[in-house]
Amino acid sequence: MKYVSQAVRKVDAMSLVTGKPVYTGDMVPSNTLMVKILRSPHAHALVEEINTTAAMKVPGVVAIFTHQDVPQNRFTTAGQTYPEPSPYDRLILDKRVRCVGDPVALIAAETEAAATKAMGLIKVKYQVLEPLLDFTKAKDNEILVHPEEDFKALCPVGADNKRNLCSTSFTENGDVEAELAKCPVVLERTFNTKANNQAMMEPFVTFSYLDEYSRLTLVSSTQVPFHVRRILANALGMSKANIRVIKPRIGGGFGAKQSAVSEVYPAFVTMKTGRPACLCFTRQESQANGSPRHQMQVNVRLGADADGTIRALDVHALSNAGAYGEHGPTTVGLVGTKSISLYGKLNASRFTTEVVYSNTMGAGAYRGYGATQGLFAVESTVNELAAQLGMDPCEIRMKNMVKQGQQFAMYYGETCTSNTLDKCMETAKHMMNWDEKYPKKVLDNGHIRSVGVAMAMQGSGISGVDVGSVEIRLNDDGFYTLLVGCTDMGTGCDTILTQMAAECLDCEMENIAVRGVDTDQSPYDCGSYASSTTYITGMAVVKACQALREKILQQGAKMMNVPVDTVEFDGKRVFVPGTEQQVSLSNIGYTSFEGSGNYLSVCESHSSPVSPPPMMVGMVEIDLDPQTGKVELVDYVAVVDCGTVINQNLARVQTEGGLVQGIGMTLYEDIQYTQKGRMLNDSFLQYRIPTRLEAGTIRVAFESSYEQTGPFGAKSIGELVINTPAPAIVNAIYNATGVAFHSLPVKPEHVAMALLQKEQ
Amino acid sequence: MQVTITLNGKPYTAEATPDTQLLTFLRDAGCKSVKCGCETSGCGLCTVHMDGKSVLSCSVLAAQAAGHTITTMEGLQEQAAEFGAFLADEGGEQCGFCSPGFIMNVLAMINELDCDASDEEIREYLAGNLCRCTGYQSQLRAIRKYLAAKGGKAE
Repeated sequence: MKYVSQAVRKVDAMSLVTGKPVYTGDMVPSNTLMVKILRSPHAHALVEEINTTAAMKVPGVVAIFTHQDVPQNRFTTAGQTYPEPSPYDRLILDKRVRCVGDPVALIAAETEAAATKAMGLIKVKYQVLEPLLDFTKAKDNEILVHPEEDFKALCPVGADNKRNLCSTSFTENGDVEAELAKCPVVLERTFNTKANNQAMMEPFVTFSYLDEYSRLTLVSSTQVPFHVRRILANALGMSKANIRVIKPRIGGGFGAKQSAVSEVYPAFVTMKTGRPACLCFTRQESQANGSPRHQMQVNVRLGADADGTIRALDVHALSNAGAYGEHGPTTVGLVGTKSISLYGKLNASRFTTEVVYSNTMGAGAYRGYGATQGLFAVESTVNELAAQLGMDPCEIRMKNMVKQGQQFAMYYGETCTSNTLDKCMETAKHMMNWDEKYPKKVLDNGHIRSVGVAMAMQGSGISGVDVGSVEIRLNDDGFYTLLVGCTDMGTGCDTILTQMAAECLDCEMENIAVRGVDTDQSPYDCGSYASSTTYITGMAVVKACQALREKILQQGAKMMNVPVDTVEFDGKRVFVPGTEQQVSLSNIGYTSFEGSGNYLSVCESHSSPVSPPPMMVGMVEIDLDPQTGKVELVDYVAVVDCGTVINQNLARVQTEGGLVQGIGMTLYEDIQYTQKGRMLNDSFLQYRIPTRLEAGTIRVAFESSYEQTGPFGAKSIGELVINTPAPAIVNAIYNATGVAFHSLPVKPEHVAMALLQKEQ
Repeated sequence: MQVTITLNGKPYTAEATPDTQLLTFLRDAGCKSVKCGCETSGCGLCTVHMDGKSVLSCSVLAAQAAGHTITTMEGLQEQAAEFGAFLADEGGEQCGFCSPGFIMNVLAMINELDCDASDEEIREYLAGNLCRCTGYQSQLRAIRKYLAAKGGKAE
């Protein structure tokens, strides 16, 4: 194929690498009010009194808003399809503050300096309440995070704010207890994962203004422009018809920007003052009051035959929503579905969840969305099963992995339609030279070289929920405009959708002008999340191009005055085969712009009843220093089945980047709170994401299956790739030391202490 | 106070307070390639050249830059595009938000390191430039190919 499966350069690459002003913060108009948020120093308190007299006297301060000024409509900032599973549990500003950093007042001033100065002069009297900081004690605690009567869950997710429950769920296939009772080998393990910050390089940023039609217009770094439109309408109590959201280039999202973290505040200021308003989070705010991965405690019970055949899996996830429930009920769902379903010989499986509120930072969506936590738990348990039975962890997986054609154990009743996990495992073993390296080798300097393995799966969009749409138009001279509603956040979807369109229309990519996203102009798309863009919106491109080809054929036939079934289209012309009769695409374009023709434009949307999982195997080789406990990455091999690879470069870079985020989660990234609930790791100095010194060497290979329901056979890749590092590295540490870690991150002091204890 | 610098080859004067960061001063001067990613000198996004050497513009006061020559990516468009093309061919820019700071440091690096610098030397030199998208591998591939094209060691 000319474009699909090629390593095409991103269509926006050169503007990015030459530093053009294409991000939200680069476009803020003059005369814009700078907004600052006065945040609570307390994890749990009631705002009793706010005195703004002194602050209002600061030159340049235009307005200060408190909880008394905002609409009393509870809403969620979760960017999800309506009705959102996330409860409506927040106000723009609330009398009750539920975590350190919860907004108390908004300051709008002519300059950032004036806003900051005024912020320091606002006097707030709090009634400080005892915070609920330990999420494992949240359910039925006497401290209630959301005691309010107007708390509202739109969907039956099992929320009960009078019990601190954001959601609960129960799913069982077969009789797990009976099956476990029959199994000669039963393992029970409890795993702990922390909140992780996405740490995208561009912090949350939004500016807003009233446009020439007096409509509220937002320019924002968001993954979900259409959802933001609805969220703003809910929060501000205004009509969606009066809101427009524009997404320029985005400096990374990874799920953080699937919540409207920064949007409502400047929008509120603009509606109140009529002035443009801008809110740019500091890194500290992005770290301490963003929308991180849910902290979880995952309990796994695994039953197996003596030969290693896994017969039962029972997974229970306790998830910490923190102060607000964004993505709470849904992230936890992936803990079980995306881990249990990797295994194909289960007689029974059960998955139960509880998502609880606490007075810590509200969580949200982060790449992997619960699957990451679940796969750490289940894959680690499988590794421990292998160790207990004296089996190679690769061998136990080859024996148990789900095969193409099987129904998944716990995956919405869906069948495994495309899957090369077995090939991924073989290729990974070969690339890693596993048989030689497993389990470990002690080097002359006393360091231990060991290897570890894990598998992973994810979804491709949300079955029956996600919608992607594109509009494609033929213009004069025969070039196309491709309007997309999905959001390129650096991942390259503008590029791969253009690749697909060029392939479908037999044209050069340069002949297609791609544009996204402006909710007034782009066709509806739920946004870029849930690994949906390639699979869902890609299919919308295929459908739209097919329909446009039909229209081009009709127009060409009409122009030649021949029946449409006698003509063909080769991308440049419509012609009657075997004759001289032809009309160029350019000419068709011109004709469609004048009275004798029809303007050729197609809008197609796509939704899928299934969410075919991409699959992968990750293998790691580490160098462990038993003296210091330091673990260094030597080599990481990732073999991925994402169906057809649409862009070799971008799929590879997605994989490499996801792995390094997973490595950070496993070894470095450690959110900690003081006893009063203040986050200690709210900067890049304290919250250490991997630098290029820690990333090691990463090698990526693809073992493509062909997914019939995907565009050109493609599935997703974006989220899948973050999932294997935690279980694989923990497995390698076990193979080096004999110590199985159950809590993340695993830091040098943990390893060193564990080795010391083992000696004693 | 008035601060005068040589900005991308031309004299530039503007008002600054004693605590104005060079980062803010440059963005206000229209150099939007200079990005703010943290407040703790920890990400490398705001890297510019001061008298030809990389500095973090968040860690230099505008007043300290007075009289110095400051170069941002706006002033190195050709060089940025030349290396940037190698980066783009690897897909190594991804979201692109860290690209200007990273590329400014790469352009400083090639003046200091030999073309046959080892991967370790390159990683060490650029360790202060964070990237959350790429996992850094594609950036190293781009640098190696760029150096090879410039006549150094083959990739």
